Amino acid sequence: MNERTKRLVEALQDRFGDRVSVTATPVGMLTVETTVAAWLEVCRALRDEESFAFDQLTDLCGVDYLGYGQSEWETTDATDTGFGRGVEALGPGRFDWASRPEAADLQQRFGVVVHLLSFRHNQRLRLRCFAPDEGMPIVPSLVEIWGSANWYEREAFDLFGIIFEGHPDLRRILTDYGFTGHPFRKDFPLIGNVAVRYDTEKKRVVYEPVEIEPRVGVPRGIREDSRYRTDELDRAADSRAERLAAEAQSAARQEENDG
Amino acid sequence: MAEIRNYTMNFGPQHPAAHGVLRLVLEMDGETVVRADPHIGLLHRATEKLAESKPYNQSIGYLDRMDYMSMMCNEHAYVRAIEDLLGIEPPPRAQWIRTLFDEITRFSNHLLWTAACGLDLGAMTVFLYAFREREMIMDMYEAVSGARMHAGYYRPGGVYRDLPDTVPKYTETRWTKGKDLKRRNEWREGTLLDFIEAFARDVPERIDEYETLLTDNRIWKQRTVGIGVVPPEKAIQMGFSGVMLRGSGIEWDLRKKQPYAMYDQVDFDIPVGVGGDCYDRYLVRIEEMRQSARIILQCVDWLRANPGHVMLKNFKVIPPTREEMKDDMEALIHHFKLFTEGYCVPAGETYAAVEAPKGELGCYLVSDGANKPFRVHFRAPGFAHLSGINDMASGHMLADTVAIISTLDLVFGEVDR
Repeated sequence: MNERTKRLVEALQDRFGDRVSVTATPVGMLTVETTVAAWLEVCRALRDEESFAFDQLTDLCGVDYLGYGQSEWETTDATDTGFGRGVEALGPGRFDWASRPEAADLQQRFGVVVHLLSFRHNQRLRLRCFAPDEGMPIVPSLVEIWGSANWYEREAFDLFGIIFEGHPDLRRILTDYGFTGHPFRKDFPLIGNVAVRYDTEKKRVVYEPVEIEPRVGVPRGIREDSRYRTDELDRAADSRAERLAAEAQSAARQEENDG
Repeated sequence: MAEIRNYTMNFGPQHPAAHGVLRLVLEMDGETVVRADPHIGLLHRATEKLAESKPYNQSIGYLDRMDYMSMMCNEHAYVRAIEDLLGIEPPPRAQWIRTLFDEITRFSNHLLWTAACGLDLGAMTVFLYAFREREMIMDMYEAVSGARMHAGYYRPGGVYRDLPDTVPKYTETRWTKGKDLKRRNEWREGTLLDFIEAFARDVPERIDEYETLLTDNRIWKQRTVGIGVVPPEKAIQMGFSGVMLRGSGIEWDLRKKQPYAMYDQVDFDIPVGVGGDCYDRYLVRIEEMRQSARIILQCVDWLRANPGHVMLKNFKVIPPTREEMKDDMEALIHHFKLFTEGYCVPAGETYAAVEAPKGELGCYLVSDGANKPFRVHFRAPGFAHLSGINDMASGHMLADTVAIISTLDLVFGEVDR
């Protein structure tokens, strides 16, 4: 973390206190998480106040956290099912609408992620909030604060069904006219529900239920890799640095005493 | 008195100046646009959702098809995001090759833009001239990756292979023979770097040719000067980036401000417009082509002097070569695992942005530790630019809308994703 990022962390904590939680990752930018209630206030302050001056909303997108961290290989009775479990599990892309997985009752299923850019400070910031109600996710709209949020919010509404309160024109944007459902949700099948084709007999475009089988070749697996246990490695490096510093200090003291 | 109502009309989706499949619903008062409402999504292919269902590397091919005018720049954003999360850094030679091909791509994108924009506004010759140069760029793509457009050349950890020693040559046909054949193959006798160098040295002269056709052309200026003016504050507010921002006088280029690859080691200037109209955006793009040629020459020099690896030797992420695989048990295991399961990326999230020819192309990547991304989102510059069209086109004539759409430099592959 460089000096500027540190200053930004301090400024954020001073200004917003416990309304935000700031996470710094070793690479990239800071992530600020806040609540729906504080969403507008935090955003307005981030745009207007001199120490932040995030004058552009670069990007806004929805994220569906259903099934986060789940592996298709995971099982309790491996011997019975063997290899099949990897390709038969109902992971993303492996089910049709009828056999879609039941959405677990998640407290924080739909998130809205915003990327901000400050031209003045040449700095970026990631901002996130979770919609409280999974059945009817509502988040206040940012159109009043950053004009560019308009289409991004329409996209997030279209693809995830997140409702942006106060948006002037919340229509679908990417999907077909008359489309039902929100296709980027994790419980929406990858193959979709309807197929479109031109019928030569009827001389018009017809909509039909999809006929293709859902199929994904590679199972989704999560493997622990010790190289990426960065927190442990960091801790080990820190303690080593401390030990070395202590040794150096005691050596210096020793020398002083000898001298 | 009879009431006069505004007339609503469709511009596209099948319109030669709609640059693909844009359906623009225009509310007209006579010949003046009152409101422009773009309907997009006709090319929506759910690239982001498809990427969630396959291992990381298998999505690279989809990215070429996103902004299909600047293929390798899309790959660059995605590959950088993965590298960020994996915590790996490609070797310098790979970084230089990426810089080289990013610029070749930028050149090709602006070239095609000049051609298509000229055609939209009635200048046919530029189109024919530009395709002469574009053909050579396609050959460079082919020489390095095997594909003329959808390269799939950048990989996490470097680029797929080193620059080749030969360039494909023209063979004799009934139409291409004798002196003509010799002229066409003249640059192609040496390595790819020789070919690229000859091209980059020659190209400023070609750009002069386009400029003689357009820059001082009375009709061209009448169609573009003062059309679609974007004030700088508006450009920031609407989320514009790239040329749309620089055309309005804001000196902002990620290659300078947040350098990636080897952009901090090459020498180039950022052209900036003054008025923020279509003409300024044209001038900025033309100057960017010249700057690209400058960067290309610097990359060629470095790459000539410094041979080396173009891929990391990290077999947990990058497959071993065929020879190693046939020779070594460990390499075989790694090869098998990488091609059946892929690699797992540590949990976390990142946003990697590159200065694509059209503007800031960002890749927001969320990983939960699996071998497939949990969520990928591409911040496409064209999406933000098109969202501002109502403000830009309102009050202009219908014919000016064509100029405005054209200078937004839209490609529906990336707007719809």
